[in-house]
Amino acid sequence: MTPGTEAGGPAGWEVVVGLEVHCELATATKLFCGCRNAFGDEPNTNVCPVCLGLPGSLPVLNRRAVELAVRLGLALGCEVRRSIFHRKNYFYPDMPKDYQVSQYDEPLNVGGALELPGGGRVRIARAHLEEDTGKTSHAGASGRIHGAQAALVDYNRAGVPLLEIVSEPDIASAAQARAYVNELREVIVSVGASDARMEEGSLRIDANVSVRPAGAPALGTRTEVKNLNSVRSLGRAVEHEAARQAALLTAGDRVVQETRHWDEDAGRTVALRSKEEAYDYRYFPEPDLVPLEPEAGWVAAVEAGLPPLPSARRRALERTPEPGLAADEAAAVVAAGADGLVVAAVAGGVEARVAVARALNEVAGRPGAAGLDPGAFAEVLAMEGAGELTPTQAKSVLARLLEGGGSPREAAAALGYESLGDDAVAAAVEAAAAAHPQEWARYAAGEDRLAGFFVGKVMAATGGRANGRVVTDLLDRRRG
Amino acid sequence: MTTSALALAEDVRAGRRSAASVVEEHLEAIEAGDGAIGAFRLVTAERARREAAAVDAAVAAGRDPGPLAGVPVALKDNLCTRGVATTCASRILEGWLPPYDATVVRRLRAAGAVAVGKTNLDEFAMGSSTEHSAFGPTRNPRDPSRVPGGSSGGSAAAVAAGFAPLALGSDTGGSIRQPAALCGVVGLKPTYGRVSRYGLVAFASSLDQVGPLAATVADAAAAFEVIAGHDPADSTSVPDPVPSCRGVLDEGVAGLRVGVVAELADGAAPDVAARVAAAAEALAAAGAEVSPASVPAAVHGLSAYYLIAPAEASSNLARYDGVRYGLRVDGPEVTAMYGATRAAGFGPEVKRRIMLGTYALSAGYYDAYYGQAQRVRSLIIADFAAAYERFDLLLGPTSPTTAFPLGERADDPLRMYLSDVCTIPSNLAGHPALSLPYGSGDDGLPVGVQLLGPALAEPVLFRAAAVLEGSGR
Repeated sequence: MTPGTEAGGPAGWEVVVGLEVHCELATATKLFCGCRNAFGDEPNTNVCPVCLGLPGSLPVLNRRAVELAVRLGLALGCEVRRSIFHRKNYFYPDMPKDYQVSQYDEPLNVGGALELPGGGRVRIARAHLEEDTGKTSHAGASGRIHGAQAALVDYNRAGVPLLEIVSEPDIASAAQARAYVNELREVIVSVGASDARMEEGSLRIDANVSVRPAGAPALGTRTEVKNLNSVRSLGRAVEHEAARQAALLTAGDRVVQETRHWDEDAGRTVALRSKEEAYDYRYFPEPDLVPLEPEAGWVAAVEAGLPPLPSARRRALERTPEPGLAADEAAAVVAAGADGLVVAAVAGGVEARVAVARALNEVAGRPGAAGLDPGAFAEVLAMEGAGELTPTQAKSVLARLLEGGGSPREAAAALGYESLGDDAVAAAVEAAAAAHPQEWARYAAGEDRLAGFFVGKVMAATGGRANGRVVTDLLDRRRG
Repeated sequence: MTTSALALAEDVRAGRRSAASVVEEHLEAIEAGDGAIGAFRLVTAERARREAAAVDAAVAAGRDPGPLAGVPVALKDNLCTRGVATTCASRILEGWLPPYDATVVRRLRAAGAVAVGKTNLDEFAMGSSTEHSAFGPTRNPRDPSRVPGGSSGGSAAAVAAGFAPLALGSDTGGSIRQPAALCGVVGLKPTYGRVSRYGLVAFASSLDQVGPLAATVADAAAAFEVIAGHDPADSTSVPDPVPSCRGVLDEGVAGLRVGVVAELADGAAPDVAARVAAAAEALAAAGAEVSPASVPAAVHGLSAYYLIAPAEASSNLARYDGVRYGLRVDGPEVTAMYGATRAAGFGPEVKRRIMLGTYALSAGYYDAYYGQAQRVRSLIIADFAAAYERFDLLLGPTSPTTAFPLGERADDPLRMYLSDVCTIPSNLAGHPALSLPYGSGDDGLPVGVQLLGPALAEPVLFRAAAVLEGSGR
């Protein structure tokens, strides 16, 4: 995409952002052992000799992690290649072996791209497998590393499979950075690779940020911003960091290549370590693992099993019959995972706008939403459209379907909404006319407003189970 | 005690002897003799008695007690044993009790073998004399003023002294074969991946292999059959089934093409070279076609090894940081704690190799050192492959010299490293190699000759070894 096409950056400067997104894969077990991959368990309960890096232990690669990594790689348009694992060596207490098994110059997924809903395309350099570290918390005075009395380490997360998705520096604004992460999250969730919850750390972001004079061909010196705990933080941090760099350069200063920490409360980035202080990771091929060579037929089968991706689902919605859906409506429906419902309802003749409203307001996000059959949803809306259900009744039927399933007609019947047969309604109309001869005479003479009187009588007599439109038609026909 | 492991097992299986009496006899021998040798770091007498009783109970109940029923086994102290200290002869692992058994330990126990203790080694298996143990050296039972070789010196000495008819060692650059040669016992370094490394505390992961040391070729073959085989817990484990080695011992070598490797014999002392020549003659006399062979790149093996092994070791030993287990020496903050712990916990040879390896992997040096060493390794593999187009197996010395006096090389790392010049090429190639005693040198000490084969050629090595063993040394 063309950088600098979005507003919001420092005037006269183009913002250039590349993102590294760490995504915890939703496997049952860890990347190299059989321990549970679960968030929030008691500390150090999901551990074994392998993920604790005990002497003599050896890693065995989790096939399911590879499958999820390949699913996500293919969904991002990557080429899946023969890859090897490397050891990334550095000392840190929450890393049991004091090296991280990762992929280096021969990653699993290479060269994809992500189309953003608001337009724009961000190239993906690579998406590689690696193991997560444990988690350190500092006990004592401040809860921070300085002045802490002790450090407590929880190794439950150590060895959890991660896919690190590295974008090219194709992102040109804070808004676009947010859009990229939101869209990436949609893709991750849609292929079942992860729940991608930033608040639980199953999606983590580092941002490489630089600025350059508008139109300049060369990239400026970048900084890497860490500790971005939400999409909102990401946007704020990119804005702040771009402005900081632009101010430095405008003042004739220079940007130092370094790692910076986003301080959410202070709303600024602070230097962590410079390039000179950067670790020498001493990467070398992990001798305890063999090369990972996904067989072409298996990769093809994984690709064939991919669900439709969010971009394709949005396009499908935008193509619904007139009046169709606007891009932002389509995006909202896909984001809510409600496009299957909308497509089914529209195919059944329901107006798209009604389908969207019912899907987003009555179904999406509620318990049981994932289990709701799109055909049943479409039928309820068709019944509403045919006047068999009032809008309020339709919503109640949907709520009942979310709770218990069953067919729409069974649910409507159980709620007492089932329309009476035409004969019964006709009989009720006859009875109402006979019981109120004076009112009928006035109605028959043309006093139309008395239709409501008779409809009310019929509804009262039928317990509300008559279709209002049918009653009106019968009344009209009876007076000739 | 000269009774072979297989003879003991047969007696126990047939009910002629109890495992308890066999084990007791060996425990007494250790008690009586190991003070002068120092083969064991730890004798697990009570556990051994319990396990022997279990074997006897199996026999009494008519259950198959396993092919190694009641055979006392000594385990190198870098093999994890559940609930039993595993130190790697290092201060840094003091107090650590592994929560699991190495795969080879489980397989031995399942075969009825009884572990009697953990044997001494050079710290983290880094050395060729067992003098680099943090807990003192082991002496050679053939001459206690001499080293037993290393790093599996404790295991070799235990077998040579009759403390146990079988032992396990590990071989990264010769650490089974060289001490076997110096102590006058049989030692096999299997094909890389043939024996599970799960539970072997890593020194250099791409080179390490577990293997047996024994008094006889047949015992070594029996132990190999028990410990070999695929292990899903080791990703580098070979899936192929294990062929019988005991079953081919009497097949002879008639028609086998044997190459005497010029590059291996070149650096050997004359008395050692003479024994290699005698072994070649014996194989020829038994019907093998013996001729000179060349593996040109093997001469670069030592240089490549001393980059690859320390590089991997620098990473494998990073985890000994005082955070989770073993020694911790406190410091004002975590980096200081790391430094103090590692300074106090590692001996000088381990530190030397960690520094070497760290340097070899450093940014800007990787290609010149580690990368170059891997290219040399590829050349060695190619040269072996070429040799194995013409030969079924290769012959050479195991060690350039017989056992050397304690202290002679302890302060001369380069001279010590040369002890492994004949054994290292097989580790770099991932091939099997076997050392067996074949007579004595001018000093009367044992000389080992080495049989080398291509990947998975263990049965052929055992066949040739059996011929040599029977050829009157």
